Amino acid sequence: MTGLQIVFIAVGVITFAAAVMVVVSRNLVHAALWLILALAGVAVLFVILEAGFLAIVQVAVYIDAIAILIIVTVMLTRHAMRDDEPQLNKTWIWSALAAILLFGGLLFLFNQVPDLVAQAAPLVETDDTYLEILGKSLVDVDRFVIPFEVASVLLLAAMIGAIVVARPPSSSSQEGGQE
Amino acid sequence: MGDPFSLIANWLLDLLVGFGLELEFTKVLLKFLGAGLMGTVAMLLMLFTIWLERKIVARIQDRLGPNRVGPYGIFQTVADLLKLLTKEVLVPSGADRFVFIIAPMLVVMSVVGLWAVVPFAPTLFGTDVNVGVLYLVSIGSIGTLGIMMAGLSSNNKFALLGAFRTVAMMLSYAVPMILALLVPTMLAGSMGLVDIVEAQSSMWFVVLAPVTTLIFFISSIAEVGRAPFDLLEADSEIVAGFHIEYSGLSFGMFFVAEFLHAFTISALTATLFFGGWQGPGAEAYPILGFIYFLIKTGLVYFVVIWFRGTFPRIRIDQLNTLNWKLLVPLGLAAVVFTAVIDKWAAEQDLSRVLMHLAGNALLVVLTLFALRAYARSARKKEEAIRSELMKPSHVSGAGD
Repeated sequence: MTGLQIVFIAVGVITFAAAVMVVVSRNLVHAALWLILALAGVAVLFVILEAGFLAIVQVAVYIDAIAILIIVTVMLTRHAMRDDEPQLNKTWIWSALAAILLFGGLLFLFNQVPDLVAQAAPLVETDDTYLEILGKSLVDVDRFVIPFEVASVLLLAAMIGAIVVARPPSSSSQEGGQE
Repeated sequence: MGDPFSLIANWLLDLLVGFGLELEFTKVLLKFLGAGLMGTVAMLLMLFTIWLERKIVARIQDRLGPNRVGPYGIFQTVADLLKLLTKEVLVPSGADRFVFIIAPMLVVMSVVGLWAVVPFAPTLFGTDVNVGVLYLVSIGSIGTLGIMMAGLSSNNKFALLGAFRTVAMMLSYAVPMILALLVPTMLAGSMGLVDIVEAQSSMWFVVLAPVTTLIFFISSIAEVGRAPFDLLEADSEIVAGFHIEYSGLSFGMFFVAEFLHAFTISALTATLFFGGWQGPGAEAYPILGFIYFLIKTGLVYFVVIWFRGTFPRIRIDQLNTLNWKLLVPLGLAAVVFTAVIDKWAAEQDLSRVLMHLAGNALLVVLTLFALRAYARSARKKEEAIRSELMKPSHVSGAGD
């Protein structure tokens, strides 16, 4: 039992327990907080796989932006704050079936991978240069520049849409001396 | 003799291995010990810096400050902390008990976690993460989450409003801070803080990018929530904001976290822009590097305290205007200018410094022109309102 295995099992159990609590807890705000714990567990798993950059990006994007967004959205929806409704709805058996099928499918897929071992695979490049390779491949014409630019256009469209939706109604009617 | 940090670390390692523990386990144990020591030293340093700040602000305001408890009042902070320790921690009825208790711990954790990557001396740093700058951003934003949780769980509408305003302000000011953090990354060629400090051996980055230093400094002060940006916790604004319901040690944790964060951003500004531990003789004698670092951090912290004693509090709409209309475009322009000039002047000597300085001067001149145009239009709008050509719109900030 190496130290890495102990840490992996501990973090895996915590992430799993937090993920279960996300689904099970009655209070939506509590569910959001358990989600934050699950995402932090995933960040630690990234560190175990020696992908430190991804771990920190996981914290920065998921926990600092998306989790706060979820909490604010839950807060602003007054109906969501009530926790006296029943947990399950009528179609729970179909969703349970779908979840079991998905789990079975994933397990089957993982068993197909021949060298699935209990150790982190060594990275091809050294720790210092993989960040540089990532940066270069995002702007390399032969690699990922097109998805990168399309993603930026998508973000720009989202920003413009948010501004248009959130703008106060134009006040040209108020300056005519009606008030 | 000039390197006590490595001496102590090696002595401890040999001692514990001599006791019979294996090497890997000893290294992990020493890392835990170092982390605990750093957290404890950061907290104990607060006992000194809080007293220092109260004395300096008092002198700026032409009064004495604490002077009863001990000579020159140096034990005042101890007395305050004892009082906070002995007060009852009231959890309001209907509040979410677990989240209420956890929230101040998250805020303190996010601040103490920043100390893990700051290089104090050539051989004294927590860890050399090669994405140190991104680590600063992400761990610093966990404090925002803690504040949101504090406001949410208090079962108090004013706390909730205060928490929303705080989160909005901190997320807004994180944008120019991140843009300003891109510039030392570009100039040093790496995101790791140890590499950034070592890249300043020829010229500090404050000379290469003075505008960026100012942007980072101002947005960091706003991130912390210090005066003049302290509308989040001032007693006259939404009655102390998100920590209305906190008393006793929970409030003490918010209090210490805020002052520790102010000291931490002074340390970060000194590391990123003023050369960290760089100075004459610091490479050979790391203890000198540590002393230089402390002097630089102290000077920047003095400027932070000076800001607090001098500026009046700014309003929420002035705050938003300052951020989105001045700091964000200025930050973007600074990043673009620095990138272009750095590619253009590829040699590493005086001409590069002069070109960066010229680029920053051009940026300042353009900003002054833009500010003049904005002030003119604001003044025209105000005169039109005064002479009743235009009704005052619901959007304020036109210079009243």
